[in-house]
Amino acid sequence: MKRPPQRPRMIFAAPLAIGLLSLVGLVGALTGDGVRDALSWATLAVPVAVVGWALRVRRS
Amino acid sequence: MTRGAIRAWYLVHKWTSLVCTAFLLMLCLTGLPLIFHHEIDILSGDPAALAETGIASSGTDARLQSLDAMLAKALAARPGEVPVFMAFDNDRPQMTITTAPAPDSPAEAMTIQLWDRLTGEPTGQVDEDGVMHFILQLHTDMFLGLPGMLFLGLMGLLFVAAIVSGVVLYAPFMRRLAFGTLRTSRSPRLKWFDYHNLLGIVAAAWMLVVGLTGIINALATPIMQLWQQTELAEMTRTYAGQGAVPPSRYGSLDRAMAEARQAPPGNNPQYIAFPGGAFSSKHHYAVFFQGDTPLTERLLTPALVDAETGAFTDARPMPWYTQALSLSQPLHFGDYGGLPLKILWALLTLFTIVVLGSGLYLWLGKRHAPLDARVREVESGGQLVPAE
Repeated sequence: MKRPPQRPRMIFAAPLAIGLLSLVGLVGALTGDGVRDALSWATLAVPVAVVGWALRVRRS
Repeated sequence: MTRGAIRAWYLVHKWTSLVCTAFLLMLCLTGLPLIFHHEIDILSGDPAALAETGIASSGTDARLQSLDAMLAKALAARPGEVPVFMAFDNDRPQMTITTAPAPDSPAEAMTIQLWDRLTGEPTGQVDEDGVMHFILQLHTDMFLGLPGMLFLGLMGLLFVAAIVSGVVLYAPFMRRLAFGTLRTSRSPRLKWFDYHNLLGIVAAAWMLVVGLTGIINALATPIMQLWQQTELAEMTRTYAGQGAVPPSRYGSLDRAMAEARQAPPGNNPQYIAFPGGAFSSKHHYAVFFQGDTPLTERLLTPALVDAETGAFTDARPMPWYTQALSLSQPLHFGDYGGLPLKILWALLTLFTIVVLGSGLYLWLGKRHAPLDARVREVESGGQLVPAE
């Protein structure tokens, strides 16, 4: 099942979103406590959650 | 991307990774326990780590003992030594007083005492021989001092180059694959190729931040030296020709602190650097004040007070390069967002270990195959496995 080649913007769409979320959380928690800490937990949990999703859905 | 470009990025990725992998594995393994430094200190019964609330030793509460009295007690416990640092806490009455044989003694010769500024009683000595201290030294400079720190900074630079080249190579590899593909049942090589790519790409931003801030932390000594030789020299220019103030002529700390507090009114002092060390001039108490918001709390403003006369000399915010160093510390340690952030920090460190290990495995497996064949393997998303 050969897929057609994807453009770089397609290849990097998900990684870019994950990376930007990580940066928002990393810097956000630095500027305050409380909600901003919780924001960093949510955004940095994304990479971990994505791997969990890939293990369940994309494993072949 | 042309095959020539892929080949060039492949070579960059291979060599930068190979040189730094062993050191990065050491940094990840020692970094894991260091993330939970505070929690481990509590579990191992360090009383100073336990007390969480009370009157801040950085404050001006009338029940707090005077700084001069606290210093006299600490010096009485270390006869013949001189003070080098005094550091305060914003939540607890605990404070640390660091002494050494001479004002410019190296860090190894310093003794850090813990005191309670409310009771005036000692609460212990910072353990310099414990397991955590050993791990921290290994992580910081591998017991090699400044050369070790700079060397690990260089390894960090190679790590950053390996991440960037890895992200570039992700594009040709994934050209015909869906995001998140994990082909775990075909061959071990393909399985580890997919894990390497997925874990590497999802953790790339975090790894870049921890890598870059690690490089900045490794440059702490030259960064502080630059500040001392330029900004601090400028602030204390009128003292340039004078000899150092001997510790016997140091004046009252409390008077100096009262004088310094007027420079950034209302802010908390984080620590005092005594004359002759790496954080002050030869004639001044340097009182480092925190900003008054969560972000500026880490951006310090030193107020310089003549150690002999107690006269205020100057106060100005730290320059951008030392502020970059201040902000790099939390971003590298992950200790600024509560326990959940620390747990995520540890998980992402585990991801990094898997990326390093699988990278090494992938290289070991086909290292004798011709370069063209290995480049074609990347280009084909791992389908075209090089023959031996």
